[in-house]
Amino acid sequence: MQAVTTSKSMRGGEVLLLAVLALIALACLYAAAKTIEPAYAFHMGLGVVGGAAGVFAIFQRYSKRPAGNTPLEIDGKPNYNFGPIKFSTIAALFWGVAGMAVGIYIAFELAYPWLNVGPWFNFGRLRPLHTSAVIFAFGGNVLIATSFYVVQRTCRARLAGDLAPWFVVLGYNMFIVLAGTGYLLGITDGKEYAEPEWYVDLWLTIVWVVYLLVYLATIMRRKEPHIYVANWFYLAFIITIAMLHLGNNAAIPISAFSAKSVILWGGVQDAMFQWWYGHNAVGFFLTAGFLGIMYYFVPKRAERPIYSYRLSIVHFWALIFLYIWAGPHHLHYTALPDWVQTLGMTFSVMLWMPSWGGMINGLLTLSGAWDKLRTDPVLRMLVVSVAFYGMSTFEGPTMSIKTVNALSHYTDWTVGHVHSGALGWVAYVSFGALYCLVPWLWNKRELYSLRLVNWHFWIGTIGIVLYITSMWVSGILQGLMWRSYTGQGYLEYSFIETVAAMHPFYVIRALGGVLFIAGYLLMVYNVWMTIRAGEAAAPSVEPSLQPAE
Amino acid sequence: MSSGTPTPHHSGFFAKHQILEKNSIYLVIAILIVVAIGGVVQIAPLFYLQSTVEKVEGMRPYTPLEIAGRNIYVREGCYLCHSQMIRSLRDEVERYGHYSLAAESMYDHPFQWGSKRNGPDLARVGLKYTDTWHVAHLKDPRSVVPQSIMPTYAFLASTPLDTRELAQYMKVNQIVGVPYTDEDVAKAEADVKTQVNPDSPDAADFLKRYPKAQIRKFDGETSDITEADAVVAYLQMLGTLVDFNVYDDKANLR
Repeated sequence: MQAVTTSKSMRGGEVLLLAVLALIALACLYAAAKTIEPAYAFHMGLGVVGGAAGVFAIFQRYSKRPAGNTPLEIDGKPNYNFGPIKFSTIAALFWGVAGMAVGIYIAFELAYPWLNVGPWFNFGRLRPLHTSAVIFAFGGNVLIATSFYVVQRTCRARLAGDLAPWFVVLGYNMFIVLAGTGYLLGITDGKEYAEPEWYVDLWLTIVWVVYLLVYLATIMRRKEPHIYVANWFYLAFIITIAMLHLGNNAAIPISAFSAKSVILWGGVQDAMFQWWYGHNAVGFFLTAGFLGIMYYFVPKRAERPIYSYRLSIVHFWALIFLYIWAGPHHLHYTALPDWVQTLGMTFSVMLWMPSWGGMINGLLTLSGAWDKLRTDPVLRMLVVSVAFYGMSTFEGPTMSIKTVNALSHYTDWTVGHVHSGALGWVAYVSFGALYCLVPWLWNKRELYSLRLVNWHFWIGTIGIVLYITSMWVSGILQGLMWRSYTGQGYLEYSFIETVAAMHPFYVIRALGGVLFIAGYLLMVYNVWMTIRAGEAAAPSVEPSLQPAE
Repeated sequence: MSSGTPTPHHSGFFAKHQILEKNSIYLVIAILIVVAIGGVVQIAPLFYLQSTVEKVEGMRPYTPLEIAGRNIYVREGCYLCHSQMIRSLRDEVERYGHYSLAAESMYDHPFQWGSKRNGPDLARVGLKYTDTWHVAHLKDPRSVVPQSIMPTYAFLASTPLDTRELAQYMKVNQIVGVPYTDEDVAKAEADVKTQVNPDSPDAADFLKRYPKAQIRKFDGETSDITEADAVVAYLQMLGTLVDFNVYDDKANLR
């Protein structure tokens, strides 16, 4: 190392990213000028603005930062990089409000169809906006924020990369903006939960590869011999999502100046690819990733080690192996060949076991600390999320059985099932993690108000109960009405009669959603006040870690 | 480990597992292998097992107008509330018609089987209702079905159909395996005009390339070709290609 570094120069990464962003901005400018599609031109315009803003930000940062490289350690302690994590945390909170609000709106649309204001706010365009906003915008930012935090803490190392972590969080949120505005403008490739078109997919691929590299390089810097179990789950999530994304979105654009593309797969093969992707977006985005959260935040908050190290090994490998096979249960009794359906059902039923392995490992981590559930609403939220995980991973295998699926498929039962997992498990474990994370990131002693967390918990839980019970009733009711016969052997109900019967349940479901977002808004306020007015933490002592064993 | 605490798992499988816990690259490779297997086994055979897609008479690629309508169907997210997949269950077959065959969607990129029925299945909706009904229903669903919860699509009838990129779109479909001929691609825009004009001199040629195609002005108006023309043309052809009077179920049992 040089003794004195007086002259400041650009780092290699800064130059590279500058060049890439400038090139992207120019390419977008060219495409915006050449295209005949207004929506695509708008997106290319966003690309120009985004690229230019990135170039500007890099110069700004350069002018303000000290010369030389950021130290990896200060006084023998890791110099953790929390900036990108803070950004992702706030982004998650923001997208959560947006995604849930859209969810409530489309829930009311199903009850009161005059709320559809075409073309932008029709159900068909808002529904992907809702699913993408809550899964990928809220959930994705929570996963990026927590994974970047957990990997640093459990490896006792600064996040790898200088600009790379910022590229990941900002690039990912750029992806969200492109996807969301695209749906409203009618840009979609028509594949559920993977609707963004080719250029947005391409951008996400770049961001995702950098995400994996940052994550892996940080693990390689670790001071601990073992890679902590939470990181296995995060790694499985990142790697598998990359595989699924590439497989399910393999498409040829009709031109560089059009948003439209044609997917390589057709008909039955495309259906199989879609649900291989779709079910494993659940399995790896919404399960493996959030199990990574569970494996760090539950033991931290409960101040107890993970219940069983061996169980975590067994259920990890079993879970990621079995999940991939479960997709065909979305295609029972369809034109997908029977042998695939049977495989899908069999593996879905088997999946119950590793799922409950994870639940048991999470819940029994509370051994000796159950009394904390009375006093700590954050821990209660985390534990209840694991209980919901157990419930919906029992319901799922049940619904994957062909005879049950014959009734449940195409009905609201599926919607209810998804939401017991999404609200009860994914959202609650995220809330619990964010409640822990915010004071840690902003160096506060505790949250602004634990009483508000308590209110959040109860209002949200009542919302979930209203949501899933109304969907059970409407789903099973509609399924039974469809197959109901009169004494003379005719179908008893016309289709529209079964739609009309759903109305009261759609209203109850929407009210459940209103309660859920009401609780969530308490959280947003609580986080805001914690950051603004929370009491500063005592000088930090490096927290002791539970190693992987 | 570093503090020398005794570890309870220094034997057998769990000891070997430490190789993965201590080496991130091995862990990444192991994860990739484990998550790849299921997909390979379930998906790859679908491309080469002959029985996956049934042998049927009558399937043809969509006409340019139909596929333009299909693109609008996708754009508006219709698949989020309407399935196009009749399951092999008694009530579905009685309500919607013969269960759907894989062959019936073999030219669909993407497939549109759907996953939720907020509205009825559309796999065989073709020719069930009149064009007038469809146009009125798109404009205001509750004018023909009072209890409907469908959004209104009045703007379709007032939006001229943009056909400028249609040929290019069909060309890429050709690349991914849809059997459009070069002539089909070259005549894409002309075929759109032909399909809404029963008096067109090109009608015979058009019908030769697209058997069973329906030729008429679908949205009833005499002016421009609109998005409603395309959507109704698409809806009216759904499920009309395969003649189930001559289709042999038993020959295609899988």
